[in-house]
Amino acid sequence: MQQVRTEPTPEEIREQKPYEAWGLSEQEYDYISQKLIGRLPNYTETGLFAVMWSEHCSYKNSKPILRKFWNDGSRVIQGPGEGAGVLDIGDGQAVVFKAESHNHPSFVEPFEGAATGVGGIIRDIFSMGAKPIASLDSLRFGELTDPKNQYLLNEIVAGIASYGNCIGIPTVGGEIGFDSVYQGNPLVNVMCVGLMNQADLKKGRATGTGNSIIYVGAKTGRDGIHGATFASNEFSEEKEADRSAVQVGDPFMEKLLTDACLEIIHDHADILMGIQDMGAAGLVSSSAEMAAKAKSGVTMNLDLIPQRELGMSAYEIMLSESQERMLLCVKKGEEQTVLDIFARYDLDAVVVGHVTDDRQYRLYQHGELVTDVPVTTLVDDVVEHEQPSQKPARLDDQAVAETPVVNDVTDTLKQMLAQPTIASKKAVFKQYDAQVQANTVVTPGSDAAVVRVRHTKKALAMTTDCNGRYIYLNPFDGGQIAVSEAARNIVASGGIPIGITDCLNFGSPDDPESYWELDQSVQGIARACERFDTPVISGNVSMYNETDGQAIYPTPMIGMVGLIEDTQLITTQDFKQAGDAVYVIGETYNDYAGSEIQKLNGSLPKGTLHFDLDTEAANQQLIQTAIREGLLQSAHDLSEGGLGVALVEALVEHELGFEGQTQLTNAQLFSETQSRFVVSVKSQDREIFEQLAAGRASYLGQTTSTDHISLKTADGQVNASNRDLKAIYGGALTCLMK
Amino acid sequence: MMKFAVISFPGSNCDEDLYYAITDALHEDATIVPHTATDLAGFDAVLIPGGFSYGDYLRSGAIAKFAPVMPAVKQFAASGRPVLGICNGFQILTEAGLLPGTLQHNRDMQFICEPEPLTVTNHKTMFTSQFDANQVITLPIAHGEGNYYCDEQTLASLKANHQIAFTYRHNPNGSVNDIAGITNQAGNVLGMMPHPERAVETILGSQDGLAIFESLRQSQLRTV
Repeated sequence: MQQVRTEPTPEEIREQKPYEAWGLSEQEYDYISQKLIGRLPNYTETGLFAVMWSEHCSYKNSKPILRKFWNDGSRVIQGPGEGAGVLDIGDGQAVVFKAESHNHPSFVEPFEGAATGVGGIIRDIFSMGAKPIASLDSLRFGELTDPKNQYLLNEIVAGIASYGNCIGIPTVGGEIGFDSVYQGNPLVNVMCVGLMNQADLKKGRATGTGNSIIYVGAKTGRDGIHGATFASNEFSEEKEADRSAVQVGDPFMEKLLTDACLEIIHDHADILMGIQDMGAAGLVSSSAEMAAKAKSGVTMNLDLIPQRELGMSAYEIMLSESQERMLLCVKKGEEQTVLDIFARYDLDAVVVGHVTDDRQYRLYQHGELVTDVPVTTLVDDVVEHEQPSQKPARLDDQAVAETPVVNDVTDTLKQMLAQPTIASKKAVFKQYDAQVQANTVVTPGSDAAVVRVRHTKKALAMTTDCNGRYIYLNPFDGGQIAVSEAARNIVASGGIPIGITDCLNFGSPDDPESYWELDQSVQGIARACERFDTPVISGNVSMYNETDGQAIYPTPMIGMVGLIEDTQLITTQDFKQAGDAVYVIGETYNDYAGSEIQKLNGSLPKGTLHFDLDTEAANQQLIQTAIREGLLQSAHDLSEGGLGVALVEALVEHELGFEGQTQLTNAQLFSETQSRFVVSVKSQDREIFEQLAAGRASYLGQTTSTDHISLKTADGQVNASNRDLKAIYGGALTCLMK
Repeated sequence: MMKFAVISFPGSNCDEDLYYAITDALHEDATIVPHTATDLAGFDAVLIPGGFSYGDYLRSGAIAKFAPVMPAVKQFAASGRPVLGICNGFQILTEAGLLPGTLQHNRDMQFICEPEPLTVTNHKTMFTSQFDANQVITLPIAHGEGNYYCDEQTLASLKANHQIAFTYRHNPNGSVNDIAGITNQAGNVLGMMPHPERAVETILGSQDGLAIFESLRQSQLRTV
């Protein structure tokens, strides 16, 4: 049935301003019609401009800030601007990675929102020519005391599991945090890591006049229209009905698409000129960006686009965000080779257009020219907005973080272990297939996940990190800390940090304080990245994380990858056997600002952060050297919950006890001073380790073959059974999820 | 060299893992055979990998049983040569009628990925000869539908014929009689939910799975 639709005329669009509901301002509309194309855009063109000029596609608000990131470094093969960043890992191989947020869709429809988040980032990875080898998920929720958040957690985890498990990419790690500020605005950030031969590198380019544009994958439906605009708006409870903007994923289709595209990339690189995922803003963004990057034009016939529904308008076809679709540019005359391969995988593949040399973006439908605008106006000419920026008033007058009163340190430790942000995430992680592809050496739950590179001595360590409470207190130092903590995780696992990706989850850029927080944290991240030689090679910005005017804590998630040069260096966080000496690396001070114990005591984050990049670098260097010298039985980064929690995390894996003594107070066991590790050393290696670590390590005690954990502090004593602590730590999340 | 066929259906995702288990750990020959193949002549053993064949749409393994390669698999099994189905492969073998019973959703309705201790209940099959009687081994599981079910009569005959090859020590999914793997009556078709191909190197946490492939090699040597 052909539906008759009447679209507003260009004049009616000018009068009625429907574009405002799509996120395009009147100023931008006027600029486009008067300065860029010299006429009034028609309905389809207005839709294309609205979506291409959204923050999600154009980064128009964040670009002036993102330029402050550090993208150099000797390993960089591809920095930001393509599907994903690429780093050299030697032997002609490269690691490819990127993270992306799917926050808004996951709130509206958590299962599909999270699943399609996984699907989208996987396409970014294989579009570069890499085999996806691992994914990680960084999740934030409101407190689990609210059943709505239990529902979101269960559904989001099930969505990630359903997609990742089916497609056969191991979900090897990530982190999960809980705080009431994420109520109504959960964060779902997915990072995917791929491995490739450098020779296979592909880019999203529509090059060579006359070459063909080939559409492949799922048919286009009306799902997800204006998804990118949807992600570029604040949320309100009334808008929860916005379900049409959420897509539905099909991991089976994506598996076929991945395998088929990688086959073409490997076997027919000479005829494949470019390839790109149809992600946010679907067909329009992929085709326009491919043309823009190649400085070419594109003409497409929309009647040829495989369609799932009848009577779709040009506007709907172009803006659809149906999943599992890719766009290829293939050498003229060689199309059949590519079409035959896709046919073998039972995938729809169609030549839908060709590359032109006049840099125009033209679309035909039913024999009519429905769009005819310069490519640059959709991509390069987007006007950047450097927003007004203002330091939040709360930061001018920071209250001092009080030292918590800890009378019964064992009892406080048990309470800390039961906090959902700290407690074991095994109940979640075991729902993910972490081992498919048979390369996962360290599964979720340790500081960093480790995946070996088959047929080499190498392995890759990967982690995601961010503590929004720190960023809230000091976005610059918090940004440095996020990178540093990720680096500590990599170093503790035996790796050298080599690069990062990020998901910058912030409030509305129209709010000067939010914009200032973004700017400051990016500068903090950049500073630490340069120090650790970990360039930012890809990333994603998610602003407008506000529900009913309440913004989240600024949460710039850092996804870091490290290179382990020899699998023999792989180190895990758990103590291995009785009789080993346990040391703390780094000094402990009274750092309770933004800490978990501050939260446990019912306080909002307050106080001043302390962070010193030189100390951080020196302590990481010490761990790297000690691992290389073969001195460490285990290494674990100290983070949320401080030494007390880290000690238990290192003990619960095995049936071991601990006996020790420290000058620290009860409260200081929960201090979150940065740049610290807890390590274990065989007794015969103590002397040589202490020489190496002179001035940086303090002896804490030793592991025992009992079940008893005893740590005497300056003003008390931890006395507990490992079995009890394991039960609390291991069971807390399961209890809260039901 | 012993020649293993690893059948790959659209949606199989452990085919490469099996391939590498055979070539890198067992050092024998393996070929990934597409679902469209109709002839398995020349192979000494057939392996059906885990994954989500045809998206596991309708029901796990329900579409794969109609794949063009399946008549050849059945013929191969009928000739007495070894057929091993792992995870989704086990589901396909039950759907295809090569093994009795069926695999239901896990008891807790969640996917479970964990190392799982197992008892080798029958160490006198061509797949388990390298184990000791009642040896306890650890293999990873990774499935959402691994809850083995059969009626009482079938269970009685499985027991009577020593067809139960592996049982779980701590039943993770609700399987009848803790069943983790069974053979057919002739003993040349084994279906199991745990993944031996993920446990063939110490770096991956366990080498216990290698003995299954080693057993197949020994049985091949005996028949030659």
